[in-house]
Amino acid sequence: MTDLSWIIDPVYIATIFFFIIGMHRMSHPLTARSGIVWAGAAMLIATLVTFLTPNLTNFALMAIGIIIGGGFGYIAAKRVAMTGMPQMVALFNGMGGGAAAGISAVELLGTINATSSLAVIGGIIGAVSFSGSIIAFLKLQGWMRPRPIAFTGQQVVNTAVLVLAILSGACIILNPAWIPLTVAMYLPLFFVLSLVFGVLMTLPIGGADMPVVISMYNAFTGLAVALDGFSFATPNYAMVIAGIIVGAAGSLLTLQMAKAMNRSITNVFFGAFGATEEAGLQIQGSMKPVEADDVAVILAYANKVIIAPGYGMAVAQAQQKVKELTDLLESRNVPVKFAIHPVAGRMPGHMNVLLAEAGVAYDRLFDQDEINPEFAGTDVVLVIGANDTVNPAAHRQGSPLYGMPILDVEQAKNVIVLKRGQGRGFAGIENDLFYRDNTRMLYGDAQETVGKVVQALKKL
Amino acid sequence: MIDTTMLWTAIYIVMLAAFTGYVIISRVPTLLHTPLMSGSNFIHGIVLVGALVVLGLATTPLEQAIGFVAVILGAANVTGGFVVTERILQMFNRSGKKQKEGDPK
Repeated sequence: MTDLSWIIDPVYIATIFFFIIGMHRMSHPLTARSGIVWAGAAMLIATLVTFLTPNLTNFALMAIGIIIGGGFGYIAAKRVAMTGMPQMVALFNGMGGGAAAGISAVELLGTINATSSLAVIGGIIGAVSFSGSIIAFLKLQGWMRPRPIAFTGQQVVNTAVLVLAILSGACIILNPAWIPLTVAMYLPLFFVLSLVFGVLMTLPIGGADMPVVISMYNAFTGLAVALDGFSFATPNYAMVIAGIIVGAAGSLLTLQMAKAMNRSITNVFFGAFGATEEAGLQIQGSMKPVEADDVAVILAYANKVIIAPGYGMAVAQAQQKVKELTDLLESRNVPVKFAIHPVAGRMPGHMNVLLAEAGVAYDRLFDQDEINPEFAGTDVVLVIGANDTVNPAAHRQGSPLYGMPILDVEQAKNVIVLKRGQGRGFAGIENDLFYRDNTRMLYGDAQETVGKVVQALKKL
Repeated sequence: MIDTTMLWTAIYIVMLAAFTGYVIISRVPTLLHTPLMSGSNFIHGIVLVGALVVLGLATTPLEQAIGFVAVILGAANVTGGFVVTERILQMFNRSGKKQKEGDPK
């Protein structure tokens, strides 16, 4: 067979080129869809030419692995509902991290040389990203309590595990003579400690901070992939460059998300968000329920309506009904705006995506900074399945939410909250907005209740 | 020893790639953060290429086993990342058409 391996490098260069073009196109709504197609085509070709690498064996295993993994990824991603997307990103990111850790492990099983230290660093980052992302996935999927899990001495334990992981990693390379252990013993120890650290690091993080964490693990995986790319005998520059791009882009994205939530990264990881409940907080008043017919009347005669959607809207798949409601109100000359909190739903842009799906125009959606001054002059605010993002506790010192920017919906004349029941939000904190005099509660599945309001509006 | 030329080449590459990643993200409106996070999640699926090489060069059963698992994980990262991103962006495409040219902010 003729040696075609000379073709690999040119193809990898083209791959990188199309990755960059793809990501660039993804950064604009009009071209975004074609962006992923470019990147996808590049990935396919890069995978195919990799089979031309000299001296490869185990082709059958490779094919079986691709079929199993690819099949799982395809089916899982196709089946999941749009609301489940954030945890899918976490899951697939974790798998990438796991793959990177696996590559490091095999590299370290071979001869230890100058680039092994890169494999060690890639290994720990990949392993942390793997186990951490899996915990994030479990929490978002609801297979694990989303509330922070904290215990005394947690940070001491975490730090100790991390230090031990780093030490065992260093021992793989240095293999100090005075410790009677071999590399074969350090390796499993190193990976187990790294995996445990990933779990410990993610446990104390509450659900509300998950987007930031997933984004950070995404950057981690990128970095691990890049380091692994360097650790090969012949560096794989496609891995290096793609990994570094993801690492840099992911880090910046993480900081932007944290900034949008007014939380520092250290706060996210060491704050044990929502773990403490305010003691002795007495909420005045009671929750006042309201009927869909009354809501329709209030909306129909309002001067202006602002809708603040949250995760509840996503869960109930109510966006189509919300769009219908918007159209009805506008036909009655009631202007409708949408107030989008930076982390409404479970991820930045989650609401935008769902509302875009339902056909709500972009220019109706407003950022928190743009819309906050408008609440005071608004007749009705419709809070659809949002809780923590409209919780006035964020303005109160001593509250675990204190400092998080919120939508100041309580300044509107009337606040109508659509909610499934009387439960608390994802952060697990009582919301006194629901007890205010100008707040009315419309209980039920958001799709149903919005539907009822729409029906009532049509009759008016 | 790593030879010095290679080390410097590596540093050039890392610097330029990091800058590229930074520039791509810094000009992006918030609403595209989720698709872009998902998109970059797909891009690091290139790890599959490394996993394939590792499995292809594996000689011992242990290396083969780890390599095999790495290929499965990497392949899931690639296809899952692609489908998730594609599904998210599909929605943008439809409503995006209604939008005028220019910055969506």
